[in-house]
Amino acid sequence: MNRVVVVGAGPAGLAAASAAAELGVEVVLVDAGAKLGGQYFRQDALARGDRFALPLAVEHVANASVWAVEPVEGGHRVHVRIGEADDPSRTGRVLETRALVLATGAYDRAVPFPGWDLPGVFTAGAAQAMAKGQGVAVGDRVLVAGTGPFLLPVAVALAAAGARVVEVAEANAPVAGWLSRPRGAAAGTRRFPELARYAGMLARHRVPYRTRTAVVAAHGSDSVAAATVARLAKDWTPVPGSERRVEVDAVAVGFGFTPQLELAVAARCRIEGGFVAVDATQGTSVPGVFAAGELTGIGGAELAASEGAVAGAAAAKRLGAVVEPPLGAMARVRSGRRFAAALAAAYPVRPGWTGWVRDDTVVCRCEEVPLGRLLEAVDERDLWGVRPLKLASGAGLGMCQGRVCGANVAELVGLDDGVFARRRIAAPLRLGELAGAASTAEEAGGSPASRADQSFGQDLG
Amino acid sequence: MRVRWDGVEVEAREGQTVAGVLMGLGVRSWRTTRGAQRPRGLFCGIGVCFDCLVKVNGVPDVRACRRVVADGDDIRPQSGAELPS
Ligand SMILES: Cc1cc2nc3c(=O)[nH]c(=O)nc-3n(C[C@H](O)[C@H](O)[C@H](O)COP(=O)(O)OP(=O)(O)OC[C@H]3O[C@@H](n4cnc5c(N)ncnc54)[C@H](O)[C@@H]3O)c2cc1C
Ligand code: FES
Repeated sequence: MNRVVVVGAGPAGLAAASAAAELGVEVVLVDAGAKLGGQYFRQDALARGDRFALPLAVEHVANASVWAVEPVEGGHRVHVRIGEADDPSRTGRVLETRALVLATGAYDRAVPFPGWDLPGVFTAGAAQAMAKGQGVAVGDRVLVAGTGPFLLPVAVALAAAGARVVEVAEANAPVAGWLSRPRGAAAGTRRFPELARYAGMLARHRVPYRTRTAVVAAHGSDSVAAATVARLAKDWTPVPGSERRVEVDAVAVGFGFTPQLELAVAARCRIEGGFVAVDATQGTSVPGVFAAGELTGIGGAELAASEGAVAGAAAAKRLGAVVEPPLGAMARVRSGRRFAAALAAAYPVRPGWTGWVRDDTVVCRCEEVPLGRLLEAVDERDLWGVRPLKLASGAGLGMCQGRVCGANVAELVGLDDGVFARRRIAAPLRLGELAGAASTAEEAGGSPASRADQSFGQDLG
Repeated sequence: MRVRWDGVEVEAREGQTVAGVLMGLGVRSWRTTRGAQRPRGLFCGIGVCFDCLVKVNGVPDVRACRRVVADGDDIRPQSGAELPS
């Protein structure tokens, strides 16, 4: 119990682990990846060694997926599977802690369009991760589309990996958006040089950057052979007659990010507006549980690291360390949040996207549910909420547990998407592993196995 | 190191994921869906979407974007529904 457990080794988790260790407490840093860094600092997996050095008091547990967090007397129990991804030979470990820091980050949101289920359509993050981590460009001729400043580094990384980026289609008209919130934009000035550098690189590669433009269809029989882009009205309704066909073999789409909430939900942290609610010390509504990084709002790596530093100090203090309030980091968090608010205002997902989804467009990729079937389920049954909707349509019942379709389905049927985050298993377990996991947990003194059993498999609620 | 893709021996490098090896070979799809038998491959790239499922050493439902290859791995495409393991 007398150690800080940090889940996630991205900018937020790294900063939290370092801050707590520097204050003299023991830290266990758990991450699903083989190397430290998370998304923003993703390392080249083919290079030797690790770029990051952590204080000695930090134990880094790599290739370790946390699949459950369970409240126990005086703290939390964190259930981990360690080993090769999805392999039955993984081993279990149970960590108990009075100070848990969740820094599990976020993943790309992709809104559906006809053909988005073809091989060759990727999330922008996938294109970025393949280029940075694996040295592979996802295509030869790539269309980058969606919204947000993240599209720029993705296009640059693709070009660096050898792809020809034919166009960056930004669905918003961000300049006007930025100007309407000067305070937030000013708070982000430190990021402008970075963005300006990306813009310069794209100009050198002669990559057109078009605003109020979106990909509205991908074409091909077994994989992408072309895509259609269209001009958008302010609310993102495609402008009739503005469609253009572009010859590409890959499309990378990113419409902002969705936080990885399941562990926070399992720990019963209060969620507000789709993010974990935190106080000035990054404390959640649950004593002993802190959250940092994209879990609490989307604001980039610098804000994530500042939040991590605050959370690490607060977690150390909870274990009895003598801590001066980290005023510098707290101030950076406040200005970072203004920048994040300006970002959110400049790059929202606007409602007109539903206009480019057709009845036969798959909206839930796992269960292959087309829009038509989703809408029938809504019509035929009284809409009591998410559970009956999931059962009637099949949307959100697949292996990703609604991570990919949740926000989209909620918007298509007019529901609050927070409820789609209620997944009890944060990382998938094999049936054989579950049996093993039960005995490990019992050794640690509790019996969550029966509960884990009930919640394994499809989460219907 | 070497691994097998669908029965054929191919070169792989330490640190590569299954998806990295396959995409490097120009393979776009390595799974078909349970319902309409549609081809799927990499989508989210970070373990979230479960589109990239593949069989490794006889075990189905392994996420190709997360699994790092080991020398001698036998990697095969996955079709339709696989029995849980
Ligand atoms: C694919 C992708 C690529 C991105 N690339 C960039 C980029 O190049 N530039 C940029 O400005 N922004 C990028 N972003 C945005 C990025 O989210 C932030 O800039 C920043 O990385 C957020 O930091 P974080 O610490 O909150 O989370 P992350 O960096 O996302 O780190 C979260 C970590 O938690 C781990 N984790 C999550 N759940 C579990 C679990 N259950 N068990 C164990 N470990 C777990 C993950 O493996 C990950 O390493 C990217 C986002 C994504 C999704
Ligand atoms: S590509 Fe989404 S889980 Fe592998």
